[in-house]
Amino acid sequence: MTILDIPILRWGQPYVSLDKEDVVHFITGETLARVSQANTGLLGRDMRNADRARRALIDIPIPDLIAMMKKAADLYLNAMLPIGDGAQTPDDFARQQSASTGLPEHMCKANMAKNHFVLSNMDQILDSLTRGLDLNILTRGYGVESRGVMVSYQAQAPVLGLVLPSNSPGVHTLWLPVIPMQIGLLLKPGPQEPWTPYRMTAAFTEAGVPKEAISIYPGYGEMGAEVVRRSNRTMIFGGLPTVERYRGDIRVQVHGPGFTKILLGDDVVDEWEKYLDVMVDSIFLNSGRGCINCSGVWASRHTKEIAEALAERIGPVEPKPPEDPQASLAAFTVPGAARAIWNSIEGGLNDGAAEHVTAKFGARLVEKERCGYLRPVVIHCESPESALANTEFMFPFVSVVRCPQNEMLKRIGSTLVGSAITYDEMFQQELIAATHIDRLNLGPVPTIQLDWLQPHEGNIVEFLFRPRAFQSRLEKVAV
Amino acid sequence: MEPPEKGSPGERDDFMSVAAADLDIRIQEAKRQLDAHAREMIEWHFNPETGCPFWLEFASTLAWDPRNEIHSFEDLRRFPPFEDDWLRGGPVRRWLPKGLAGRPLFTFETGGTTGVPKSRLQIEDFRIDYEMFSDTLPDEYFPRGANWLMLGPSGPRRLRLAVEHLCQYRGGICFCVDLDPRWVIKLIKWGESVALDQYKAHVIDQAITILGAGHDIKCLFTTPKLLEALAEELENRGTSIKSSGITGIFAGGTEFTPQYTRFAIEELLGEGVYLTPTYGNTLMGLACSKPVTPDDGYKISYFAPQPRAVIEVVSFNDRDRVVGYGETGRVRLTTLTRETFIPGFLERDEGEREKPCDKYPWDGVSGVRPFSKIAGQTTVGVY
Repeated sequence: MTILDIPILRWGQPYVSLDKEDVVHFITGETLARVSQANTGLLGRDMRNADRARRALIDIPIPDLIAMMKKAADLYLNAMLPIGDGAQTPDDFARQQSASTGLPEHMCKANMAKNHFVLSNMDQILDSLTRGLDLNILTRGYGVESRGVMVSYQAQAPVLGLVLPSNSPGVHTLWLPVIPMQIGLLLKPGPQEPWTPYRMTAAFTEAGVPKEAISIYPGYGEMGAEVVRRSNRTMIFGGLPTVERYRGDIRVQVHGPGFTKILLGDDVVDEWEKYLDVMVDSIFLNSGRGCINCSGVWASRHTKEIAEALAERIGPVEPKPPEDPQASLAAFTVPGAARAIWNSIEGGLNDGAAEHVTAKFGARLVEKERCGYLRPVVIHCESPESALANTEFMFPFVSVVRCPQNEMLKRIGSTLVGSAITYDEMFQQELIAATHIDRLNLGPVPTIQLDWLQPHEGNIVEFLFRPRAFQSRLEKVAV
Repeated sequence: MEPPEKGSPGERDDFMSVAAADLDIRIQEAKRQLDAHAREMIEWHFNPETGCPFWLEFASTLAWDPRNEIHSFEDLRRFPPFEDDWLRGGPVRRWLPKGLAGRPLFTFETGGTTGVPKSRLQIEDFRIDYEMFSDTLPDEYFPRGANWLMLGPSGPRRLRLAVEHLCQYRGGICFCVDLDPRWVIKLIKWGESVALDQYKAHVIDQAITILGAGHDIKCLFTTPKLLEALAEELENRGTSIKSSGITGIFAGGTEFTPQYTRFAIEELLGEGVYLTPTYGNTLMGLACSKPVTPDDGYKISYFAPQPRAVIEVVSFNDRDRVVGYGETGRVRLTTLTRETFIPGFLERDEGEREKPCDKYPWDGVSGVRPFSKIAGQTTVGVY
């Protein structure tokens, strides 16, 4: 396969850096691409022209941009598109993404379908996220709503900075509504996942989005911090240290570990077997890699039986080659990562308050020459005190935790998605009021089930636009 | 046999072979000088009449006598690895050679963000090093008599006085700012990015105030990050480095990459402003770079001020084995002056071994960057 040379994009202009990093196949070690790395100064220079990105987009009516998104959806999913000094078919894309991120190819294709769906339904998504706002109000900054009230939405930044992850190609849906809201994009790709930002940019451009609306700066660690420093609005993906670092910074929307959970109410827990499929799907699909995958099942009783049943279902799963349509586990492509995670789990088991229920299905850590796998792990915790009771790892890992229902909400901690299976109205009200649960599913809803018409971990519209008071007595207001 | 025509390939080959032979002779001469200098320094530092307490005491623990058994630079490998902890703490006079007693002393410190910093006692070395460096600066861009701005660390740094001396040596006056790099590194470690930006702005504001105060400053010392910040703020104020009168920039202090150098030359400085990257520290002095050009991919190759200091690129696994040309290894430094003897100090950097060149007929190092095994533990600040 030809090695692609992928440049930095500076508001659409390619720039070949003297610093390049190879993106390699996680099994063969073959170099897939040489990606130019930006020094932070380039970003500093280019931010002087960030306003131009928004101005170029404001010149295009939002309905036209939405139409471009629909066209881009098809181009992204079906077309041969340029990338660097070469070109890429959709199959190339899935193979390359799989080869560098470790995600099986069919999961990469499933993520393509998700991105396609979001782009294709952009009008409904924006209508939903803005609660039916006349989108011209975003362009003009003010306007009269259908109920006759003057409203104003002020863009908080000409471009949205994005510090993207290497290991979760599924997250890209979050930034797709930005361009049709006439806000530019400043993308810092994850080192192993340059593919989506470049392919999406190529699709956007072919669909008519102005080149100068998008910059892509691959770079080393300091580049992520520089994106946050230079942008008035940034979406960043990372681990707990990143979450802690930017906590409370209104300029930054941090996406970290989800600590997503399924809670079984006392009224249904004796029928837990009815919900086993929901639990398995929540834990296991997409290789358990997402923040919306379930990492904790909490119940007041039957927890040992639930853990045993989950272990029976997912414990025997073994790694398969990434091109195998049956492959269900993603590889850890960063050297030593799988072993480090396994060591951490083993350390957690030492406290004696947790039992490794999948142990009987063989070793969990599978190390290959250039990568590692972790086979699904089910842990049973006798109480929330166990070190492993509230943990999350990027593979199918779940702790089944015994905890009285009346203590659950005090003990579960921050929870991105909480699927609470209960018909107890009192408990439902407590769940609805719990501010540490971000996305609440009531009933047997898999945690990974997304409704694209609802916000995810904060509303992107509210992040980018501030509603404010606006009054006018001018005969004619300039628009 | 007919002589080759003028400009023919044969003539060029002859010319190149003569040049290569000439370089070879100069390499041999440099090696001979280095061996002689090494013997001289060993005699000085291990003679009870002239050596410093530290090395004399050290020699008493050896089963061999350095004065009898060191005949060349290569023989210095007989010394055990130099431990940087030896340089921490007092009494600092244990490093003062008896032969230099009674002279005014300076003590300079390295980074020192945690614990006791390493110290180096000096008398004239920093002046000598920078006078030698001065000879490498093009007068066109660093005019004699021009005033300088030292936009770098203040406090117990050798660099602070050394740049001032360089400026004075060239007939100018050096203007300085206050900059505490230890505070900068603490802010980075604490994740205080807002305070860090404010401190950087404070430093840059001092610089711009001086540059705009009619002091006719033409030359600048600064670090890569401060150069970037200075250029940006000058542009914010409607001017530029070039418009502010700067023609020559001597930069160092932190890692310099070819990409950064290209970016600085193409986008920060513009035509008519000369940038010379350097590599150095309190222990070594200053290594100069060959002129950095687009034709050479902005490659930065450093050469130590031999024989006063020697840079070697050694195997990661065997500190005594110099790697092949173009191969990667850890930077090993030897300092050989009458004031300081430091044999085989392993720097916190790695790079590729470079061949000798016309200007510097001894080994150099390119692609210098933090040593990969410890890079994650090192915090690089604005300085």
